[in-house]
This record gives sequence, C-alpha cells and structure tokens, in this order.
Amino acid sequence: MAGCCTPGTDTSIGAQNVAWPIDEEIRVASRAVSEALMQTDISVPAAHCAACIKAIEKALVTLPGVETARLNLTTRRVSVLWRKESPVPPFFKALSKAGYEATLYSEEPDQGDPEFTRLLRATAVAGFAAMNIMLLSVSVWSGADAGTRHAFHLISALLAFPAVAYSGRIFFASAWAALKARTTNMDVPISVGILLTLGLSLYDTLAQEPHAYFDAVTSLTFFLLIGRTLDHMMRRRARVAVMGLARLMPRGAVTVSADGTRDYNDVRLIEAGQMLLVSPGERIPLDGTVMQGSGEIDAQLVTGEAQPVPVEAGSKVSAGMLNLTGALTIRVEKKAEDSFLSQMIRMMEAAEAGRSRYRRIADRAASLYSPVIHTLALAAFTGWMVMTGDWHRALTVAVSVLIITCPCALGLAVPMVQVMAARRLFEQGIALKDGSALERLVQVGAAVFDKTGTLTLGRLRVTDTTVAQSDLEAAAALASRSRHPAASAVAALNPAAAEHPVEHLAEHPGLGIEGYIDGAFYRLGRPSWAQEGRTTESAQTISVLSRDGAPVGAFAFTDTLRAEAKSTVRALQERGIAVEIISGDTEEAVAAVARELGVNTYRAAMLPADKVARLAKLRGEGMKVLMVGDGLNDAPALAAADVSMAPGSAVEVGRNAADLVFFNGKLDSVPAALSIARRAARLVRQNLALAVIYNILVLPLALAGYVTPLVAAIAMSLSSILVVANALRLQGGEKPSVVEARIRKPMKATA
Amino acid sequence: MSYLVWLVPIGLLMGATALFIFLWSLRQGQYEDLDGAAARILLDEEDRPMAERRKSPSPLSAAQDQYR
Repeated sequence: MAGCCTPGTDTSIGAQNVAWPIDEEIRVASRAVSEALMQTDISVPAAHCAACIKAIEKALVTLPGVETARLNLTTRRVSVLWRKESPVPPFFKALSKAGYEATLYSEEPDQGDPEFTRLLRATAVAGFAAMNIMLLSVSVWSGADAGTRHAFHLISALLAFPAVAYSGRIFFASAWAALKARTTNMDVPISVGILLTLGLSLYDTLAQEPHAYFDAVTSLTFFLLIGRTLDHMMRRRARVAVMGLARLMPRGAVTVSADGTRDYNDVRLIEAGQMLLVSPGERIPLDGTVMQGSGEIDAQLVTGEAQPVPVEAGSKVSAGMLNLTGALTIRVEKKAEDSFLSQMIRMMEAAEAGRSRYRRIADRAASLYSPVIHTLALAAFTGWMVMTGDWHRALTVAVSVLIITCPCALGLAVPMVQVMAARRLFEQGIALKDGSALERLVQVGAAVFDKTGTLTLGRLRVTDTTVAQSDLEAAAALASRSRHPAASAVAALNPAAAEHPVEHLAEHPGLGIEGYIDGAFYRLGRPSWAQEGRTTESAQTISVLSRDGAPVGAFAFTDTLRAEAKSTVRALQERGIAVEIISGDTEEAVAAVARELGVNTYRAAMLPADKVARLAKLRGEGMKVLMVGDGLNDAPALAAADVSMAPGSAVEVGRNAADLVFFNGKLDSVPAALSIARRAARLVRQNLALAVIYNILVLPLALAGYVTPLVAAIAMSLSSILVVANALRLQGGEKPSVVEARIRKPMKATA
Repeated sequence: MSYLVWLVPIGLLMGATALFIFLWSLRQGQYEDLDGAAARILLDEEDRPMAERRKSPSPLSAAQDQYR
C-alpha cells in the first residue's frame, strides 16, 4: 500500500462522496497559461452566494503554490492559477474542508469561441440599426410630411446598408455555400428576402415613394441573429473526448536494459520485449506482463473493477492501469499503437464517426419551410404581375411575403426553449453540452447503466465485521495510516482512532498493514498474511485483523450503492424505459447490484468493445439508447449511444464523451433530466405550432398586398414575443409529476 | 424641421455610443459571470479581474498579461 507521501495525498479520510482525482490527473487536466503558471478549472456545484465565493477563494488562495483563484458563480467553476514547479496543491482537500464537494473540470479550455463572439457582435450591430431605424419609422408612420419622410428614409438607408452588410454576412455566407453545393437551407430565403427588401426600399426611397422597409429588414436580421446566437450556444463544439484520452497515456517510460542501465524513453519508441520500471503512483504505460515485484494496481479506469487487483510476477497488466503500491518491472508485450489505450482511442473515433448524425427538429422544420416560402413568393409575384402588369407592385407584394413569413419565430422557437431547459438543468446541477441531446433524450427507450462509479460510488464500505468492539479501534488506527480503499473503509468505522499512536508501522504492498498498538502486534490485511499462513482463504473481499498472530475477526467489503440508485431505476422503469446494467466487473458483483435494484437484464465482465456491441444490438432493435457511465471503459459506449450521461466524478474522457454531465452526484438526475427534456419537447412543439399558425394567419394578408411596413413590424414582433414568452414558461414552477414525487420520498427517508 | 438636423444626429450618436460600450464590455469579459458580479459587491475585498489578481507583483506578471 502506498507508503509514498506526495503532498496532498496524506492519510486523511474525510466523508468524501467521490474519490478525489489523483495528482497526475489534475496535472493532465490543467493547462499552462504562462511559463511558470498552470491553470486548473474545478467545478464546485454547491457554490451559490457571496459567502461561497469568499470561502472557496480563500480556501484555495491560502494553499502553498497557488497564485490566485477566482470563482465564476454563473458557471460554478473556480479557476486556480498555481506555480508549475510546485507539487500539485491539495485543491480538493481544501475545498472539502471548506465544505464544498468539487470535481475536476476539464472540458475544452475556455479559449473563447470566435464564432460566438462574431454572432454576438453581428447581433449588437443589427440591434443598434434596428432600434434607431424603428425610431425614425415611428415618426414616419405617425404621419410625417413628405420632406421629413424622405429625409428619414435616407437616414434609415444610410444606417441599414452598413448594418446589413456587416450583420447579414452570417446568412449570406451560409446561403452562398448552400447554393454552391446546389442545395437550399433556411438562409437562402432569408438572404433573398433581405437583399430584395433592401434593394426595393432603396428604389422606393430614391423615387420618394411613401413606404420603405428598412425597419423590417433590420429588425428581421436582429431577431434572426438572436435566434442564431442562442442556437449556437446550444450546439456542442467539436468533440475532444479522444484528445483527452490521448493525454492520459504516459508519454514516456523508464526502460531497463539487460545490463541494468535505466533510461527514460518515449513510449512510441519502446518495442515489445523491453523491460519497464513502473514506480508506485504511476500509470502503466504499455500492455505487458509483470516480471518482478508485486503489489496492487487500480484497474478501475480500464475494467471498471472497484477493488484494487493484486499483481505479482506473471500477471498481465494493461496500459492505463495505475500502479498503487510496490515498484513493478514489466515486460512489454505490445507496442504503443497496439496498447489498450490506443485501441480505446480507435474505438472512440469509430464510435464518434459512426454515430448516426441526428437531424435536429429545427433543421427538419427549416428544410420543409424554405421551398414553400420560395414558391409562395414567386407565385405572388407572377400572380400580381399577370393581374396588374405593375412590376413594382408585384415585387412589393412578393417582398412582403418573404418578410412576413421570414422564420423569426421559427428561428427562436427551438433554441429559446433549449436555453431555458439548459438553465433549468444547470440549476439542478446537470450540465447540458448539446441542445439536441434534449430532443434525443425524449425518444429514449432503453437506459443502460454501468455499475462501478455510476450505480455505485466506486468506494468500498464495510458490510460485515466479526471484529469485537475492543479491537475495532486498533483496526481503525492501523487502517487510517493507509491509502488503500479497503483500509479507508475500515478507518471510516472509527474516525477518532486516527489519533491513536501506532509503533513500528509497516505497510506491505499487496498484503496489508502492521504495527504495535498498546503493546500488541496487530496485522490488518489479506487473510493468509494476517494469520501468517494459517489459512488458505484468499477472498479479496475479506480483510482479517490479527493480534499477535491470532485472528480476532474479519471485515467484509462491498461497493456502496448510490443513495438514489433504486429510486432512479424504478422511476425509469415506470416511464416504460428498459433498464439494463453492463459492467466490466465480475458476474457475482454485478448480479448482487442488479438484484438489489430490481434490474433483470445485466451483463458482467463486459469489455469496452462488448459494451459498444451491446448498444449496437439494442439500437438494431430500433431502440434509442441512453448510456450512463463514468469509466474509461464506458467512454466508447458513451460516444456510441444515442444520448449519454456521466456523473461529474467520471474520468475526463467519460465526461467529454457524454451529452449531459451531472455534477450534483445524484443519480436521480437521470429521471430529472428526462422530465425536463419532455417538458422542453412539449414547448418546442407548441412553439412550432404557434409559428405555423402565425404564418397561416398573416400569409393571406401579404398575398393580398395589405402588408405595409407597419403591419410587418407588428406581426413580426408579436410572433417572436409569443414564442419567447411560451419558452419562458419552462422556468416557472411545475406541478411535480407522480414519478418525481416518488423519487423525492425515499430520498427524504434516507436523509 | 431645423431641430431635426440636430436631434437625429444626437440620437444616432447616443445609439452608437451604447453600441460601442456594449462591444467594449463584451471584449472585457464583463458578461462572463453575471451572477458572480451581483454577489461580489457584498464582499469587502477589492475585486480585480483574474489577470490582475496576484498575491504580490512578480516578474511573472508580464507573462500573465498575455493570458488575458
């Protein structure tokens, strides 16, 4: 067990809910902001007030090595700058002491989003022009004389042209790209509408006609850009899950040559057959076989198994496993590109590429919409041309059809609801990374859960002990000196025992811990070791305490189920969603959890590829699948599922691959997200219906030629306001549904 | 009519100023933490943007400047 004492990993056993990330993981998730400083982003979901800001920033800034810390209350993330050369400061311990559960945040760094800034600027410019022109237009509509009207139209034109040229580029560029590819999109009718209106209004202004549509064209651009900006906010940026995985791979390793000389080499240059030295606390860089040394490794990242696996000469190990105790000499079996981690990377890439591209509701609506509008405008033009022979009149009608049907409301209908839903989710501690995940979530027919770390906490707990109360303190005192997960579980039985003095303390990798307490020699660990070979029992789920060589009792361990696991499974089943567990853990362990949760379908000992295959099979049966998982071994499955969720305690790759991440650590976020998604879907449908009804109502007016700039302005604002107001209803209090009421009840009982 | 010659440019200038201020504050990152800005006013310590917040001025600050 870890005898090493890296700062920040000392023997504190708090009431932590999830395992804190190890130093190496923190370093990997940090980025250098200058030559001497690293920045680490930490998610603190519980932060909500000024006192929180103070407590969190103070807790971090006072740590040695930390330069500065700043909490962003909106994103509930704290950015810490710390000196690169110092050891990783114990962020999570400090935050836990201050009373805040925290998780490492390692999304794509906030380098800013140039596209978003561009949209925001375009929106601001369009808004400026629209408001000023509207101001002038109001005076025109309220009956300005011909001279003033003409002057105002000219000023409007001067404002509108540069504004549209700047802000409209976003539509023009997209429309041009579509036309070049010989397709059409929503931007084509928008661009045609904008350009025609602008041209016609300029002609009318110069000809001193009474009507000009400058206000319509700029406010149209403004509204559409608002919709576009919101929509962009809800779209996931390029996935970087694979990159995160690659960063987990150790870059180099210490090789030992035949004559015993040690060398640090790039892993890519290491051939099969070479010998590697892996110290405790390091990740195993390449797949291989242990030749020398023994100890325990943490395979949770690779297999999902919660308990440390003992290894000795002859054991196979995979890249990505963490060496907990004892130096190991490993013979490399596979080159870096064939290692487990590399295979995972390839699997993720395949899953992400193969994930059938989901067509979002808004896109589907737009593709139906734009041909209809084009045809109608053209029909209006020809109709009026034939009837009156007046091309100016005909063009004005056609333009007013384009303006009034321009999909302002349609453009706002979906993103507005998604923004509100994301806000609702965030308030509950769930981060939504892609708006379309809400649409996909509604269609889910099967939910597949990983066991370790998802349904369970991935943390051992003592379930049963035969140790008498008198010896319990000694056991806890010994255990509190070790970082081993089983020891932590024993130590948690009696936290006060950590103060109890232990003499001649020694920790034996893979075996246990020993020492003298009040004159008696105690050993806590593997049954065969603690009893000095007097037993053959070697169950890993049991630790034995012995006093002066004689056994005084044993501890049995199990992984802790998350408090809400049962109610979550039940809530999903009540919604008609098939629940299934797939885990890399042993049959026995998975069966026990499945039984306790009332899940009939479970699969144990699943490799990452098996998980992906299982999802593919479910999808082949026509089901939309939700994957909930947290480990590296789940990452390909998370990427392959129709929609995926991961707890905030998941490995970085898992969080990156998931569509939704719940930072609150509560598994009932899954049904909570589902119900918000369902309400959002209902509002989206209502909004789309509102937009269509609006068009059906105003289209006859436009076709009949009754749409003046004033009517256009009123109709356009009204429909947009209606759609936005409807979306805002998502914020309002809801009647808790039957299912949610049931989830809350058992939670109260346990709290 | 003559007063319009003054009023309209003044109106446009005011609008343009507002637009400029918005774009400036956007670039300054003033919209990055709206909830935090509301809460921080209750704290006694003087608040500075991340880049300017140092325990002590150090040679690193030059390197820091490029961060923002």
